[in-house]
Order: sequence, then structure tokens, then C-alpha cells
Amino acid sequence: MRLFLALIDIFTNPAFYKLTLTAATPLIFASLGGVFSEITGVVNIALEGIMLMGAFVSVVFTWLTGNAWIGVLFAILVGIGMAWLHAWASITWRGNQIVSGTALILLAQGVTGFLMEPIFGRPGQTDIVGKIPEVKIPLLMKNRFLAQSIGELSPMIYMAFASVFIAWFIIYKTKLGLRMRAVGENPEAADTLGVNVYAVRYFGVLMSGVMASLGGAFLSVGEVGNFRELMTGGRGFIALAAMILGNWNPVGAMWASLLFGFSEAFANQLQSSPLLRVASTTKPLFNMFPFIVTLIVIAGFIGKTRPPAADGVPYEK
Amino acid sequence: MNQRVWSFLVPLLSVIVALIIASFVILMIGKNPITAYAALVRGALGSKMAIASTIVKTTPLILTGLAVGFGFRAGLFNIGAEGQMIMGAMAATAFAINVGWMPAVLAIPLTMLVGMLAGAGYASIAGFLKAKTGAHEVVTTIMLNWIADYFSSYVVTVPMGVGFGTPKSPEIASSAKLPPLMVVQATELTSGIIVAVLAAVFIKILLDKTSKGYELKAAGFNPYAAEYGGIKLAENIVLAMAISGALAGLAGTLEVMGVHHRFLGTLSGGKGFDGISIALIGQNNPIGIIFAALLMGALRNGSNEMQFVGVPKHIIMIVQAIIIFLVAADRIVRTIFLRKKVAK
Repeated sequence: MRLFLALIDIFTNPAFYKLTLTAATPLIFASLGGVFSEITGVVNIALEGIMLMGAFVSVVFTWLTGNAWIGVLFAILVGIGMAWLHAWASITWRGNQIVSGTALILLAQGVTGFLMEPIFGRPGQTDIVGKIPEVKIPLLMKNRFLAQSIGELSPMIYMAFASVFIAWFIIYKTKLGLRMRAVGENPEAADTLGVNVYAVRYFGVLMSGVMASLGGAFLSVGEVGNFRELMTGGRGFIALAAMILGNWNPVGAMWASLLFGFSEAFANQLQSSPLLRVASTTKPLFNMFPFIVTLIVIAGFIGKTRPPAADGVPYEK
Repeated sequence: MNQRVWSFLVPLLSVIVALIIASFVILMIGKNPITAYAALVRGALGSKMAIASTIVKTTPLILTGLAVGFGFRAGLFNIGAEGQMIMGAMAATAFAINVGWMPAVLAIPLTMLVGMLAGAGYASIAGFLKAKTGAHEVVTTIMLNWIADYFSSYVVTVPMGVGFGTPKSPEIASSAKLPPLMVVQATELTSGIIVAVLAAVFIKILLDKTSKGYELKAAGFNPYAAEYGGIKLAENIVLAMAISGALAGLAGTLEVMGVHHRFLGTLSGGKGFDGISIALIGQNNPIGIIFAALLMGALRNGSNEMQFVGVPKHIIMIVQAIIIFLVAADRIVRTIFLRKKVAK
């Protein structure tokens, strides 16, 4: 009974919906990154690492310049650099894409941990360096529920949804998108028709760097305003699951990200519910929740969705 | 140059290139790489105690390296050694706390068995999902890592927790503790190293001398051909994941039995992920993995000394990342060094 009341309390609380959007945003960005890369046939599990690097770099440059948007800009540049390394190893040198991705995750964890002390003077986490202010939409502020749920949001949340549309448009409505899909499905045929397979794949992977670093930057300067070591906490992999569940389609990936964001927000609200009085020692059990949901979803949906035919296969001319 | 020599040279050259690149990173933060590397060597091999402690650190790394390497040979990327290690250690601890009445001849092998079974069972979840639904083991084992991490931090504070400070379980029964080989000052040289080396030999024989090993390798090398040849793929995937998980579980179990004598929240500490670089450096060969683990154990152990000269020990992760990257795209290494050869 108490659980039932707590559930009603959570679902009628406008803050819960804001939390869902906030939790989904980094996943939307990163899963779009996954779509961009895999649609051209390159598996990119480095999302987790690029996000972490994006979160760190945006904090460093926000701290240096005092402007969080400049921080985000540098995060994107470094994200492109990381993605370029992955593209270089897996497209130009036809290396193992999963192993290269693993290397980049480790690189991000190493570099961010390594630079904490020389730059910020202590390991663990940085001071609050400032964040991107939320914007109010006056029209929505009139109703209390709307005001507290979607009336005042980070502009990066709007950017995430705009990116979904842009990604969908590029992939399904432009010549470039057609080429991307062709290269991911049948690179030999695309090559025969005069498509530069390597260039299109590079574009896909570099776009995944842009997207994943935006997701990471949102976690730090978009949401909390500082950096903690390993703060991405597996979100890059949840984003990969969202991409699979969304059938390698930007719109599908968005819905899947919202589902995972919902489960994260739900676990969060449940453990802090005043009606349930959860002991602080049992909180780790609630943290397991989004990962269990992801695992079940992957197990249930994979096979029902279909990856690009040449996904993960290096192309040799 | 022939293939065998290259399979040995690529990882070796990758390590050297990685150390060179890392020295520029050290220069970047205004430290002297020579001082840093001298501290690294001193910390790893500079005294009897340092060597003993390097061997202690190497022990679980041989097993996580074997776990990942064995997976690779069977065509699976088990990135979940971390979680399997935690589950193995936790189950072994739960068992070993309660076996005070048992003589050591029984308690020691049974505790190992429990830890291995727990690791195997946990890894089988990913194997089963892959065989049944095609879910990629990289994504599922990562999810299982996080679940194991949160689950163990609950178990070690509430049902098993004792004392204050770092969450920890009670000490295991003394009959389940591994007797140390020798005690060098305060460092006990764990006899777990013998178990780890025996495990490597066992895996070597399994892969190279048995028909089951041949089947597992064939299924990994070319699943379609193997299936055509009558090998049951689904069965082999689950079995390979289970063996891989058993090795990772044993890594955690030996940490409990031989080093900490209890379960700690921080027990795994990235050793499962180190297994990936170790397997790649060792070229998935069990004997190569022993030496690769020794290298990584020395790097890990020596990196503590490097902290004292002001170089964060995260540099070791950067070195590992570069090694993995170069081994992934081994053509980079071949090209760099072959071009030089041609120029001569």
C-alpha cells in the first residue's frame, strides 16, 4: 500500500518528468552518435570514452574561459579527435573495431584521471566551474505542472531533440544519407557506383564523436557544473543499447533513450521517496535498476531489430 | 618476415611505442620521464619486497588475462571479467566464512570451486543471451559488471558487512586461507601464483591438445564453417563463456583466500579490464599471458612509486590504452617498422 502511494506520488510529481528528460538527454546524444557510426558500418563502443572526455574537456575550458558554451565547443573538438583515432584505426588500418573502441575508453579514463591533479590540484572531482543556465519558456510557466516539468530546461535538452530531427533528415532525406546507408549495407556495391566508402565512413564516425561529446558535456556543464572521475558510469553502453532497441534509427533511438532515462529517474525517485524511507545502505540495489532494464530490453529485442549488414566489417578495396 | 615472429614482435613493439608516447605525456605535465620510469622500475623490482608484491599483483592478472584470452580464442569478447571476478570472490567469501569445521584439504579446493562456479554462472548469463538471442556479449557483460558492482557494494555493507570504514566482510575461516609461500618483510607471497600458473597450463592443454578445445577454437574462428562441420554453436558459446567466467571467478577467489582474507568493496579495482590488455599483449596464448600479466603486474605495482615523484598512476592506463590501440590496428606497427627495414 505504501509502495502504491509512493508510486502515485512519483508519477504525479512534475519534477519526475524533468528528471526523465535530464537523464535521457546524454543517452539521446550518444545513441545518435552510435547511429551515425554504425549506419555506415563502423561499430563504435568508444562512445563511453568520448562522453567521458567530453565531460572533462568542457569543464576544463569552462573553468579557463568562464563560458560554458566555449567548454562545449572544445568538448566537440576533442570528441572529433577521439573519433578520428577510432576511424583511423578501424577504417584506414582495418583494425578490430571493438578492441580499438576499448582502447579509447581506457584512454579517456586514463587521461581524465591523469590530468585531474595537475589541472585542478586534487583527484576525484573538480570544483563547480559553472554551467549552462536553464531557459524559461514564458508560455509554459503559467501552469504549475508544466512549469515544473518542462517550463525551465537546459538549452542542451532542446539541442538533443533538434539533433534527432537533424540526424533523421541527414540519414533519410539527403544524398549523403543514402550513401551512408549504402556503405553500411553493401560497401562493395556502393564502391562500384563511385561512392568513396572510406570518406563516408569517416564522416559517420566523426559525427559520432560530435554527438557523444555533446552527451558527455551535458553530464558535466549541462547538468551539475563539475567533473567527477568516471562520471559517465556506463551511459555510453546504455546508449548503444538504445541504438539497438531503436533499430539504428534516430527517432527509435530517441524513444529508447527516453525509456532508459525514465528507468533511471524512476530508480532515483524511488530511493529518495519520503514515503518509502529507503535505508541509505540499500540504495545500491536501486542503482542496479537501469542496468537490469537495459539487459532485459537487449535480450528481448535484439534479433527483432536488424543492424546494417556490413556493421563491424572493415572494408578492403 | 614470418607470421610467428610478428605475433611476438607486435605486442613487444607496441609496449615500447606506448612507453615512448607516455613519456611525452609525462613531459607535458612538467615532470621528468626518466625519473618517473626509474621510480617505476624501483617500485616494481627494486627490492625483495617490491618483487614479492609484484608477484602478488600478477596472480589475479594471469587469471583475468586467461579469462579474456580464452574468450578471444573462442570468438567471444568477454569484457565482463570484472563482474565475474566480483561475483566469484563474493560467493567464495560467503562459503569460506562458514567452513571453520572443515580441514584445509577440503576447505581450500571447495572454496576455489565455489568461486569458479559463481564466476562461470554469472558469465553464462551473457553466453546464454548471446546463444539464444544474439545479444552482443560486450554490451551484456558491461551491464552485468555494473549490476555486480552495485550488488556487491550492497552485500558488503548490509548482509555481510562488519566494522567501520571501508565496507568489508568478516574474515574467512583460517582453514580456507591459502598458506603463503614465504613472507618477505610484511608482504606475504601468495601461493595463489602456483594455482594461476597451473590454470594457464591447463588452458593451454585444453586449447591445443583436446578435441573440445579444437571445437571451441573452430567455432570462434569461423562459426559458419564450424556449424556446417557439425559443431553446436550455441552450446559452445555458453561453455566458452562459462570457462572464461570460471577463470575470472578464480581470480577474485584467490584474492580473498591468499591476500585480503575477506571480501572488500574495492577488490576488483580494474583487474578485469587489465585482463584485456594482458590477453592482447600475450596474443591469447596462455604462456604469453603469464609474461604479459607479469609485465602489467610490475607496471601496476611500480606505478605507486611513481605517484611519489608526482606522476599520477593513471599514466599506466594511458600506456595500456596505447598498447591495446596498436594491437587492435597491428598493421600500424607492422608498417612503421617494416618501412624502416625497407629503407635500410
